[in-house]
Amino acid sequence: MADVQIAKKESAISFGKKERKLLVDPLNDNNPVTVQVLGICSALAVTTLLDKAIVMSIAVIFVCAFANLFTSLLRMYIPKQVRMIVQLIIIAFLVTVVELSLKAIDYNIYKELSVFIGLIITNCIIMGRLEAFASANNPWRSLLDGIGNGLGYAIILIIIAMIREFFGKGSLLGYKLLGPTSDYMLTIPGYQPNNLMVLFPSAMFVIGVLIWGHRAWNRKLIDIS
Amino acid sequence: MELVNIFIKSAFIENLALAYFLGMCSYLAVSKSVKTAFGLGLAVIFVLGITMPINWLINTQLLSENGLFGMDLTFLRLILFIAVIASMVQLVEMVIEKMSPSLYNSLGIFLPLITVNCAILGGSLFMVSKEYNFGESVAFGLGGGFGWFLAIIAIAAIREKIRYSDVPGPLRGLGMAFILTGLMGMAFMSLMGIDPSAF
Repeated sequence: MADVQIAKKESAISFGKKERKLLVDPLNDNNPVTVQVLGICSALAVTTLLDKAIVMSIAVIFVCAFANLFTSLLRMYIPKQVRMIVQLIIIAFLVTVVELSLKAIDYNIYKELSVFIGLIITNCIIMGRLEAFASANNPWRSLLDGIGNGLGYAIILIIIAMIREFFGKGSLLGYKLLGPTSDYMLTIPGYQPNNLMVLFPSAMFVIGVLIWGHRAWNRKLIDIS
Repeated sequence: MELVNIFIKSAFIENLALAYFLGMCSYLAVSKSVKTAFGLGLAVIFVLGITMPINWLINTQLLSENGLFGMDLTFLRLILFIAVIASMVQLVEMVIEKMSPSLYNSLGIFLPLITVNCAILGGSLFMVSKEYNFGESVAFGLGGGFGWFLAIIAIAAIREKIRYSDVPGPLRGLGMAFILTGLMGMAFMSLMGIDPSAF
């Protein structure tokens, strides 16, 4: 009897300390990008402009949350040997949904993101959370964990994109902020935006420095080895 | 000659790891020593070289409008590509285990990792968007794999050396690996001006 009651309690939808931790932990102590080093490829490629990064973040939060939910619902029925393929098919299905809806909603952004929407399938955050969390936890907590990790990813993506767009183009979300001519909000004659920030290598430097800052602030994350 | 050009172009000029930053997760996670990096790099060449022509066949023969079913099925592309990659990785793993246990032991744990390496799926998607034919897609797969192999060996060698340097504590390990990759990416950008068809 006691077991049944505990099981009932576990599966109930509640929002306590533990659930809150699932949402907040990935934002700082267990951030998918800067601590777990997952999902780097897309973090580098889509962060040249802030609007691209925001669309990508929304897509990843959606896919991560629902892939976690579905895997968790099906976790009793998936044979262990083929679980990778089943998980990939769940993810691929969700990504196809995202891809087709984005194509219908905003074709320009879809064109700009090109293969990187498809590459959400191989975004290791999603695979990693399915393996590490959703295949061993109940649906409600898995959903929260998915949203939390999606948010942790989104936060980093948006910070990087802000730095890169501001210094690389002098604008944010397309609004011109800082530049040499008078159609910018703040005009500094002779100022040139740093074009390197829009190129690929700068994303590496920005993430590297971000990790440096994060670990200097949160010292328990420092790599001792 | 055309195929050699594509090989050189995909290996050096459009390097999957250092120009498009694909496959970064395993690139950063497995580049702590040259030996393991070598194993993973070989496995990536292998899988890219096999999956690329298969995905080419699927894309042109099954999914396109003048394919087997006679209708536009491109919305199934992602699901089929990833299924092919996952099953090929599984198959390659079993074949290697039977044929050469020593190679299997050295590649061992890296083979399943490759399924989620975005360089593989990314390569296939690039192949579609560049509209290569069969031979070109084989050359593109092998060249892309070779470029990725070179990149991971290079970063692993640098990381082995940099362990003895006095890097500030919070930057140690991961942070430094990112900055090094950025520098390598800048070095590879200087190859972008090369025109392989001029040789």
